[in-house]
Order: sequence, then structure tokens, then C-alpha cells
Amino acid sequence: MLLEVKEIHSYYEKSHILHGVSLGLKEGELVCLLGRNGVGKSTALKSVMGIVQPRKGSILFGGQELIGKEPYQISRMGIGFVPEDRRVFPSLTANENLLMGIRRGKNEAPSKQGWTIEKVYDAFPQLKQRKNSKGAHLSGGEQQMLTVARTLMGNPELMLVDEPTEGLAPTIVKDVLKMLSAIRESGVAILMVEQNFKASIKIADRFYIMSKGQIVFEGNGEALEAAEDVRKRYLEV
Amino acid sequence: MSDIPVFFLHGLVYAGLLFLISSGLTLVFGMMNVLNLAHAAFYMLGAYFSYSLLNATGNFWLSLIVCPLLLFFIGAAVERFLLRRVHVYGHVQELLITFGVAYIITESVKWIWGNYPLGVNLGGFLSGSVNLFGLFYPIYRLFMFFCAILISLIMATVLYKTRIGIIVRASVDDSEMVNTLGINVPLVFTGVFGFGAALSGFAGVIAGPLLTTYPGMAAEILVDAFVVIVIGGMGSLVGALVASLMIGELQSFGALLFPKLSLALMYMLMAAVLIIKPSGLFGEEQ
Repeated sequence: MLLEVKEIHSYYEKSHILHGVSLGLKEGELVCLLGRNGVGKSTALKSVMGIVQPRKGSILFGGQELIGKEPYQISRMGIGFVPEDRRVFPSLTANENLLMGIRRGKNEAPSKQGWTIEKVYDAFPQLKQRKNSKGAHLSGGEQQMLTVARTLMGNPELMLVDEPTEGLAPTIVKDVLKMLSAIRESGVAILMVEQNFKASIKIADRFYIMSKGQIVFEGNGEALEAAEDVRKRYLEV
Repeated sequence: MSDIPVFFLHGLVYAGLLFLISSGLTLVFGMMNVLNLAHAAFYMLGAYFSYSLLNATGNFWLSLIVCPLLLFFIGAAVERFLLRRVHVYGHVQELLITFGVAYIITESVKWIWGNYPLGVNLGGFLSGSVNLFGLFYPIYRLFMFFCAILISLIMATVLYKTRIGIIVRASVDDSEMVNTLGINVPLVFTGVFGFGAALSGFAGVIAGPLLTTYPGMAAEILVDAFVVIVIGGMGSLVGALVASLMIGELQSFGALLFPKLSLALMYMLMAAVLIIKPSGLFGEEQ
């Protein structure tokens, strides 16, 4: 297992958000965490990244405990984070945004994919055209590509991606999903949070469904297609 | 009115001083969301350290280097050992601790150096005057302005041409994201806080010989520096520069034309800017 989350309990201030969440990811796997709004999907990702510190449980990455570490330490171990709402640096140019993704830690994980700024521009020609534009002036789709590309610059082994298709036009949603599968093909494991299961079912290997801070379903695409009651209960509006 | 060029130059000099102080204040606010009430106390410490160092060595240039360095370490220590500990409790506590630090510094200054104004006499070529197109103007004030320009240029180069600069600007935008990209943000905070304190201390060193050194000097300039960063937009360096020039000139010409109103003019300008653009001239809309 590349990532093992065991029985974590996370809080925002006093409210108890995650009630013993456990999940796992193998090397190179693309796993999708589904569920309605407010069930704790983003909190689960933020707990892995160290932005939210779980009060109980354990998170192992390559056998090493992540709980108690700062986000920058977790990043240096080889985990990249693509946040919800894109969060590019608005006052920096696209090029500067990418430079921010370069990791320079002492105990940096060796990079398997070897992403450099040239390679990123080859993979995202649209970003190359806009390299001197400020982050704030990019379109939503361009911003989403930029956050993903910025994270790739750090050559992570695992990428945590929070609602990558939210608020994007259907044609751009397709591009983003294609981009994520291409990244997975290059050997990066991806743990993705989504609300839109129809979009993710084409690219994910396995699914977890969350409800009220707990995992209520685990299985592959076929199992999820077959489990109509589960979808009705936890996904459909 | 041959006074006009003189007061214009006075305004520029004061603007330079204000920019040295407000640039650190606005960067710290932009990154850490902390309004540092102790920032002007660092400025005052710079002036007092310089006073003592000048008495001991008589070397002003030494003072220009040593005092900001001392302030860097004091600022870094305040961030590392005080601010960071109260960070989890929220903004009010952070504000209170900087207020406490300002209070302790002011009282310590009174205790060590006395509760009365101290004058600094530089002597040498800096205390002379120079003929500028038929106008005799003190060399020292020009020197202050030159220092402010030099520091601003160095700062602009670092911020816009180096990796550290990109990291600092990115942290002003979104420090949490910077942290997730593998950059030791707590260390960046300590560094920038210390650097801001050093700049403020540097301003104190160069202000000492011109303005008197006394325990109320911090509170006096803090108000102007706050007005500058509010007008310029919290977190914006360009805003701090433009607003420093506005306030510098306004204070200078206000003192010439409407001496009784000069403080009110500053608040009127601030109110006008906030009505037109609530986030300040160069501030981002929240």
C-alpha cells in the first residue's frame, strides 16, 4: 500500500467531521472518493495533507506516519495537493506559479517522472501561450490545468485532487479528466474527490463513498454500477 | 512662494521614511494576516540603538548596518517565540500580543534611556547643505531619500527577480497553498517578520538625526504608517509606495498651508479613498 488511512477522526474547531475514516491506495492507482456536499470528502484529503490535523488514527505513506507533520513536510515526502476552487496564485504569472511547484527539500523523494518546466509546457501548450499572464486573468479551465501542472512540477508519487471538475464547462471537464488519466498513466497515484460519479467512473480504478464522515461503500466501477441502492442513497439528489 | 520646492522635497523625504516602515507592515499583514502594532516600536528601537552606538563609537555607517541586524533578530524572535504560539487562538490574540510587545518596548526604552527627547549630532559632511538649483537644502534629508530609494530598489529586485521573492509574493496571495507545495512557510514568516523589523529599524536609524528620538516617536509614526497601508491596500507593496508619497506630501504641504488641519487632512484622504475603493488603491477585493 502506498497510502493507508486508518480510523482517523478530524475536527473543525469543535465540530466532529470525520468519524473513523479508513481508506487505502496502491502505487499508481486512481481512486475516487464520492459523496454529497458536506460529508467530509475534502476534510479527508486535507487530513492526509496535514492542513487539518486528525486527533485520532493513523495515516501511513510509504510506511511513514504523516499525522503531526506540517503540509510542507508531507509535500516533500512526495504528496502533491490540488485544492478545490483551483487556488492559483492570482498575482503571480502562470510561469511563476509553476516555479512555485518545484520542491527543494533535503529529504526529497526521488522523482520517477522527472517533470521539468519544459516538459510541463509540452504537455500543456495552452499554459505556454499564457505563461506571462497573471493567474487571476486565466480562465477557469486554464487555472485548473495550472494547479495540476504546478503540483506536477514537484514530481509527486501521489496526487490528492479535490473536485477538479467543479464549475467547469462540460467540454473542459472532459479535458481535465483526460489530463488526470494521462498523469496516472505516467505512474502517479491519484486520490480524487468528486461529486460527479458519471464523469469519474470512466477513469477511476476504485471508489469509496462517504456519508456523514464515514466510508459507506468500497468497490470498483462494476460494483458501483451494480449497487443501485447505494448510488440512490448516497449520491443521487 | 519659494517654499514650495522645499516642502515638496520635505514631503519626499518623509514619504521615503514612511515607505521603509509601511512596506514591512503591509507584507506581514498580507502574509500572516497580523496587524503588527509593535512595528513602529522596532523603528523606535532602531533610533535608540543608533543613539547609543553613536555615543560609543561615533560611527554612523556602522550604526546603519548593526542596528537593522539587531532588529532582524529581535523581530524574528518575536515571531518565532510569541506570535507563532498564539496563532492558533486567532487574530485578536495575535493583535494583543503585538500590542503587548509594543508596550514592553516603549516602557523599556523609558527605563533605559529616559523619558525625554535625545538629540543626535552627526557632524561631518552629512550635516551640511547643498545648493540645488539655487536652493540650499540639507544634505542629510537628501541622504535619507537616497537610502529609501536604494532600499526600495533592492527590495523590488529581490521580490520580482528571485525565487525567494516569488515565494514571498505567493505567500501574500495564499500561504496555505505555499505550504502544501513543500515550502517551509513558518520559516518564511519568521524571515519576513524579521526583515520587516530590520527595515523599520533602519528607518529609525536614519530618522534619529532628523526627528528627535523620544519614547513617543513610535506611536506618532504608527498612525501614519497605518493610514498608508489602508490607503494603499493591505498587503500591496506598490500601494504602500504610492500611499507613502501621498501621505508624505500631504503632511508636508498640510503643515505649510493648513497647519491646524494637517492631521484631519490625512483622515479625510483616507475616508475618501475608502469610500471610492474600500480595499484601498491597490488592494484585492476580499
